Amino acid sequence: MKKLLSVPYVVWMAVFICAPMALVVVYAFSSAGGGFTMRNFQDSANYANVFLRSLSLAAIATVICLVIGYPVAYALSREGERLQSVVMMLIMLPMWMNFLLRTYAWMSLLENNGLINNFLGLFGLGPFRMINTQGAVVLGMVYNYLPFMILPIYSVIVKIDPSVVDASRDLGANSYRVFTRVTFPLSLPGVLSGVTMTFVPSVSTFAISKLLGGGKELLLGDLIEMQFLGSAYNPQLGSAISLVMMVLILILMSLMNKFGGGSEDAVLL
Amino acid sequence: MSDVRVRLVNLAKAFDGETVLDRINLDIKDREFLTLLGPSGCGKTTTLRMIGGFLVPDSGDVLFDGVRINDLPPNKRQVNTVFQNYALFTHMNVFENVAFGLRISKVSEPEIKRRVSEALELVDLPNYGKRSPTYLSGGQRQRVAIARAIVNRPKVLLLDEPLSALDLKLRKEMRRELIEIQREVGITFIYVTHDQEEALTMSDTVVVMNKGQIQQVGSPIDIYNEPTNAFVADFIGESNIIRGTMLRDKLVNFSGRDFDCLDGGFASNEPVDVVVRPEDIDLSVINGSDGSGRLCGTVRSIIFMGVHYEIMVDGDDGFEWMIHSTDPVVPEQRVALNLTPDDIHIMHMTD
Ligand SMILES: Nc1ncnc2c1ncn2[C@@H]1O[C@H](COP(=O)(O)OP(=O)(O)OP(=O)(O)O)[C@@H](O)[C@H]1O
Ligand SMILES: [Mg+2]
Repeated sequence: MKKLLSVPYVVWMAVFICAPMALVVVYAFSSAGGGFTMRNFQDSANYANVFLRSLSLAAIATVICLVIGYPVAYALSREGERLQSVVMMLIMLPMWMNFLLRTYAWMSLLENNGLINNFLGLFGLGPFRMINTQGAVVLGMVYNYLPFMILPIYSVIVKIDPSVVDASRDLGANSYRVFTRVTFPLSLPGVLSGVTMTFVPSVSTFAISKLLGGGKELLLGDLIEMQFLGSAYNPQLGSAISLVMMVLILILMSLMNKFGGGSEDAVLL
Repeated sequence: MSDVRVRLVNLAKAFDGETVLDRINLDIKDREFLTLLGPSGCGKTTTLRMIGGFLVPDSGDVLFDGVRINDLPPNKRQVNTVFQNYALFTHMNVFENVAFGLRISKVSEPEIKRRVSEALELVDLPNYGKRSPTYLSGGQRQRVAIARAIVNRPKVLLLDEPLSALDLKLRKEMRRELIEIQREVGITFIYVTHDQEEALTMSDTVVVMNKGQIQQVGSPIDIYNEPTNAFVADFIGESNIIRGTMLRDKLVNFSGRDFDCLDGGFASNEPVDVVVRPEDIDLSVINGSDGSGRLCGTVRSIIFMGVHYEIMVDGDDGFEWMIHSTDPVVPEQRVALNLTPDDIHIMHMTD
């Protein structure tokens, strides 16, 4: 009976996860003619700089999300229930708006004659070049993925048993010690999944870099997209790059998990 | 008195306008095993949290060794707590849990090692240092919580229903162990429970509370034998509580009869609560009109309780009497209830 119940799940997994994965793997090891080759991986190496740029921009965005998101999540968890749900709504609200729309909005804010520069112009400042910079790309990542940092951290912190905090105070810990020795370590699973949920989409994004980065600073997402849809049509190379990216992310995540001391399921969350 | 460790003076607390503690006064002596006993919601945890520093009283004072500590945060008090749900740190192993307080107070590493092993030894978990608290049994967690608290050598240990999550057998075992631990470390225990048996068997002093007020303070024997009111009598062991009238000293009327008793000092014709313990009533089987002039009834049910039978008798006075006896009777049998003056306890009525 139990086996029967899991059939839909297994089918779903097979169709929507395993099949595309298998396709990517097959493509990555195939030449344009269809034979086995390692060529695509050698070609991927030519784009080492894109890998590096993507990873470092995503890392910067993730760190910024963490630095902003953790205090927000922590402060929020200590507020009254009403305020908590209101603020949670406000954090989620932009996520209900189309992703592209949100990013377009930033475009018009950051443009050379956009809102911000116009406003600063009133005071005789600027115009500053903001659009089409790496900074704008990072800003776009932070803006879009910050909720994914706040949510898991918040949901872990609110679940920390208040009596554990009481216990540490009882044993002599001041507020600082309570945080460093109890609250923060107990919130690590949330931090790990928050980092994963911001880092992974940041590495593979293409819309953000296109709209806010002007497409000059090629990111992995753009590169892959080009191989499938763009001028450089080469799905075999695209698959190989995707595969390398996936492996890199997996390695990074499992390293982080190991040193973060978190549990396995934190990353999967 | 110089050996008063903790003194509560007119301690009061309300939540959302609801009085939870109503001007409590209590002295807790050095090395005393004192138990706060009362029904759920009577304010036991609230009292304990004020002594621990987790709650600030609305009015009144908490004195520690004669010094007012109302505003001292928990981390500055020489008091440690064993929490109701143990509140162990799941991200640390047992050793680190116990060492937590010592590390905070910057005790040297060799001494931490020594004291933690001593504490784990004391609670009978010598080789458990490396285990994670997540995988311990309830009884083991509870012992870790005790070790984690006493390793800091507090002057007072607060325990909030520490045994409530354990099964009956383990609970009885832990009672004995707790008493031994208290003797060994020689510190004051303030123990919270709603289990009267626990309170009577473990404590030097029992404080019976109800609705935020202290009903009675005394030794277990005093509390059991001389309850000051019907609430205490009822809460401590089972009781038959009947409305009666005090005719004069040593003579009370209830169930339509006059009974000799030992109590005095009541106003004449004062309405009183008459308390009779189920084990004090002597039953005798009657035939026909034997029972005339005595308090009689018909056996309704009899349940075997292990040591004794619990017998319910529908009294001719309309009251349902509970009797504990080692001699069985049969339902529907006619019985007489024999009371001697020292079985009858007279109490002022409480509203
Ligand atoms: N933080 C709080 N906010 C509002 N009401 C509270 C709070 N803490 C306790 N109370 C109320 O105060 C009363 C006494 O609570 P307390 O926890 O002291 O009871 P207790 O005697 O420990 O009961 P139990 O045996 O069930 O643990 C209860 O009615 C409870 O609902
Ligand atoms: Mg309680």
